[in-house]
Amino acid sequence: MEKLLSIFFIYIFVENFVLQRFFGICPFLGVSRKMETAIGMSMAVVFVMTMATLVTWLIYTFVLVPFGLGYLQIVTFILIIASLVQLVEIVLRKISPTLYQGLGIYLPLITTNCAVMAVALLAVRQEFSLIESVIFAISASIGFSLALVIMAGIRERLELAKIPDILQGTAVTLITAGILSMAFLGFKGMMTL
Amino acid sequence: MQIIYAIAALGLIGLIFGLLLAMAARFFAVQTDPLVESIKEVLPNVNCGACGYAGCSKFAEAVAGGEAKTNGCIPGGEATAKEIAELLGQEVMDSTQPIATVFCIGDCFKTSDRFVYDGVMDCAVASDFLGGFKACSYGCLGLGNCVRACLFDAIKMGEHGLPVVDDEKCTGCGLCATACPRAIIQMLPKSKEGHLVLCSSKDRGKKVSAACEVGCIACKACIKACPQEAIEMVDNLAVIDLEKCNDCGDCVPVCKPGTIHRRIEIPSAADALASAAAAQAETA
Repeated sequence: MEKLLSIFFIYIFVENFVLQRFFGICPFLGVSRKMETAIGMSMAVVFVMTMATLVTWLIYTFVLVPFGLGYLQIVTFILIIASLVQLVEIVLRKISPTLYQGLGIYLPLITTNCAVMAVALLAVRQEFSLIESVIFAISASIGFSLALVIMAGIRERLELAKIPDILQGTAVTLITAGILSMAFLGFKGMMTL
Repeated sequence: MQIIYAIAALGLIGLIFGLLLAMAARFFAVQTDPLVESIKEVLPNVNCGACGYAGCSKFAEAVAGGEAKTNGCIPGGEATAKEIAELLGQEVMDSTQPIATVFCIGDCFKTSDRFVYDGVMDCAVASDFLGGFKACSYGCLGLGNCVRACLFDAIKMGEHGLPVVDDEKCTGCGLCATACPRAIIQMLPKSKEGHLVLCSSKDRGKKVSAACEVGCIACKACIKACPQEAIEMVDNLAVIDLEKCNDCGDCVPVCKPGTIHRRIEIPSAADALASAAAAQAETA
């Protein structure tokens, strides 16, 4: 129980996947313009990450390892993650066309998002149990959402601020991301597994 | 044996997920309106944006949804408007197909350059640079932004340094008018006959005549001569209202620089070359 709680808090704050480990920067910078799309994207990532980790863990433990096919983990995980994202896309298009339009290209980009892949791989590499892997995935995706939502909030305000010409656009966004990352460094060492 | 396991494992996983996706696609299928598809087929599908929508598919959706007018597709013209109206079961609306008209006849023989320009051969860039290299700071620079903007190959640069519109090919989409940094190209209804003051200069008097032989000097002679009162002065430039103009041509002889021409008799490149040759022969 203790381990589950520490996993949950560590991967949101201390080892934030976006701000400390620099995974998933593409959607982080791409979708964080508006709060709505940021929240939508976060929910999609939470779902995909958790499902992906669950399914990949199961397939790794019950299919790959028994047959000594551990080396196939990267290929298999990509296959599973890609299919899951397609599934999410198909379902989303039917259920919420507005969110589908809002996310646009960034939804299929979750497929190649290194964050999802990283979570799936790290879950098996750190030899978590099933429950621990799922909590790990939920926590990592919540951390991703946190970073995304904070960024969206800042960027929405930046739209109204007076920024020097030379720093407008991507420049100020990247600087903000850097400062945000430095801020999260404050959590370092607070908790360890 | 290992390789068999590997192939089997990957193959099986791929197959299962493929089937899962196929089932999901079937179960969660989104139905597209067949009307939208049939409207799309009728459109020119050039995605020029003249209708005001982001691409032909968006326009088709808007028409099907009742938002857009059936004659909204300008390049499609009357033919497309008719077909769309038929698809929707509506009556055809009156369309006034616009056509591009270049409001400048100051070709290279009638004007001069203030300096030699050796910069980027783009009208917007050249126009910004010290007010343009042409003596008239409102006139056509002839660097071809309009030619490059046209998707239908309907406007070409003439040898006399001015763009020439092919009335047959022009679909009235307005891309050339938007591309011109000096707003020299205007869209006018195709069917309306009349006379036009082919100049865009907001200067008057000596300044214009020094810069261009055929520029409008704002002398108001045409305004006095017009029996329909169709001409008015806007910013030192005479503008003829085609709605009021009855094509009588009384304004042409009183216009000293010769800026006014009939719509269908806009001087072509060949005319410009011929008149220049004639002028040279006279002075020689």
